[in-house]
Amino acid sequence: MDENQFFVDGSQLSAKALEKKHHLEQDPSYRTNHMEYMEGMEQIESNIQQQVLEQMEQYSYDGYTATDVRRVLQKESCSIEDFKVLLSPAAEPFLEEMAAKAKRITSRQFGNTVYLFTPLYLANYCENYCVYCGFNCYNQIARKQLSEEEMEHEMQVIADAGIEEILMLTGESPQKSNVEYIGRACEIAKKYFRNIGLEVYPMNTEQYAYLHQCGADYVTVFQETYDAERYENLHLLGHKRVYPYRFDAQERALRGGMRGVGFSALLGLSDFRKDALASALHVYYLQRKYPHGEFSLSCPRLRPIVNNESISPQDVGERQLCQILCAYRIFLPYVGITVSSREQKSFRDGIAKIAATKISAGVSTGIGDHESKYQGEDSEDAGDEQFEIADNRSLKQMYQDMEEQGLQPVLNDYVRV
Amino acid sequence: MKDSFTLGGKEFHSRFILGSGKYSVDLIEAAVKDAQAEIITLAVRRTNTKKQENILDYIPKEVTLLPNTSGARDAKEAVRIARMSRELGCGDFVKVEIMRDSKYLLPDNQETIKATEQLAKEGFVVLPYMYPDLYTARDLTNAGAAAIMPLASPIGSNRGLATKDFIQILVEEVDLPIIVDAGIGKPSQACEAMEMGVTAIMANTAIATAGNIPAMAKAFRLAIEAGREAYLAGLGRVLERGAAASDPLTGFLRD
Repeated sequence: MDENQFFVDGSQLSAKALEKKHHLEQDPSYRTNHMEYMEGMEQIESNIQQQVLEQMEQYSYDGYTATDVRRVLQKESCSIEDFKVLLSPAAEPFLEEMAAKAKRITSRQFGNTVYLFTPLYLANYCENYCVYCGFNCYNQIARKQLSEEEMEHEMQVIADAGIEEILMLTGESPQKSNVEYIGRACEIAKKYFRNIGLEVYPMNTEQYAYLHQCGADYVTVFQETYDAERYENLHLLGHKRVYPYRFDAQERALRGGMRGVGFSALLGLSDFRKDALASALHVYYLQRKYPHGEFSLSCPRLRPIVNNESISPQDVGERQLCQILCAYRIFLPYVGITVSSREQKSFRDGIAKIAATKISAGVSTGIGDHESKYQGEDSEDAGDEQFEIADNRSLKQMYQDMEEQGLQPVLNDYVRV
Repeated sequence: MKDSFTLGGKEFHSRFILGSGKYSVDLIEAAVKDAQAEIITLAVRRTNTKKQENILDYIPKEVTLLPNTSGARDAKEAVRIARMSRELGCGDFVKVEIMRDSKYLLPDNQETIKATEQLAKEGFVVLPYMYPDLYTARDLTNAGAAAIMPLASPIGSNRGLATKDFIQILVEEVDLPIIVDAGIGKPSQACEAMEMGVTAIMANTAIATAGNIPAMAKAFRLAIEAGREAYLAGLGRVLERGAAASDPLTGFLRD
């Protein structure tokens, strides 16, 4: 397997900035301790991280056989040990059987519905150096943050297209996109959408409580990789470097009153089988502790970014991704599964019939360019995208396509109480 | 006299009620045409939507809507959703559903009693979804419920009458209509419940996920009718073990 080449030096970086960047990349001792909390980060009492990491460390997926897989596929329920079998290479030849089982469970739990939503990027400023991400602070891209007028305009355009559920995102810059700014965005979004989710930097319980007051009900935080050592050498600078603070974000969000939380690893960064195991167990243990919460999993794979076209998901092919999603569904029948526009149309259409429950439509990962994308108008000052998308279908097209697949598209299934 | 039952002063002849959760336009059509449903449940949170895909538009006017409070995690939230339902023009019927567990979706009986009491006071026709417990059923009756809706097995599980003995107790002891909700997976299970004397059956998943939705809807109607007929006919004696002794055990007694 070829390693991804993540390091790119922008031509406009000052000599001083370049020196610091290289120092961070080459000298681990120059970086901060990624397991140590920074000032202002709330530390909660929780044993979830320990439980997940213990399971992940023990997992040796090469030890399973076809007999193990057949036994698990015949069972009614799925234990943690069974789930480990389904994620193993031994299960790969049983993909069709896994898909059939996953489809039955999805249908029993969710019928034939598929929820549609769209993401809205509010800003792409970021204070972190995460080497694989298009928004990272050393990457030379057009930066932008929507003003209140601009965000309202974007929301109108999106709402006019028929979307009722929105996921608002920012780059991770608490300086530029502070909690009040995000709160204001929620208040405006309440006018246009029935259901508001956030995918922003991790924050403290009381800040989540504040944003919940402003109208947000769902919080998604991707751990990127659960392998703490790998995490350390991918997240070189900034608050995102602090692994345990990020890990406990969903728990703080639930404590802050959020109704649901989303999880994922970014597949392709590390050992994907271990990352998939840890993502699902993160949900599993947290659900036992907060049984009223709603839980969802995503499954993003690495994508090319602005200034680095060569980034790829490595050994996570579509077959592997499908295996992971089927295993998620069999292990966690109740969990929502979201498939992003990082994947191609054919994959998204196919997986919606097997395991996925939510799909994005009318997507742009840039800043302030919905009008240009939806209506073919120019937006010269738009901010650059976080990653390249692979499926640019509009809501209307997606709605039709899902109906043609025999699925019932749903724009809202939520009431704020 | 035609066999019927009454809820909130309204008379119903069909004992099949379409549950919500898994909705499609095909399903609603089949429920009305093939299962002859007169009551259709729907989640208030699904009607809380813009015009273009509002599920309400697909439900025929002669059908009674039974909005449910799914999404509510306590009595307060259930009451709020019920009031919202009234404002949306969904009528006075409400099925109280309160869950504090996203995995099994089991109803919270305590909170359900509180919500039922409040909503009955506000003039709603309240149908509480509950875990079949006699004390809860009595409290719900006193709180003003219009019927009791015990679960047969975990929702969506299609496992049938896992709580059969406890539902039978409710049938014997509670004067309100008993409507079995959740877990009925096959027409034969619906028939079995009707034979026990329950008033009606609510089903959703079993029909929604069938290969042929209209055919399964019809099968449910026929099974429910058969079970009802059997109940009215008076089921033959079911003996616990083997046949009755032809020589009475007490035959030796001389006076």
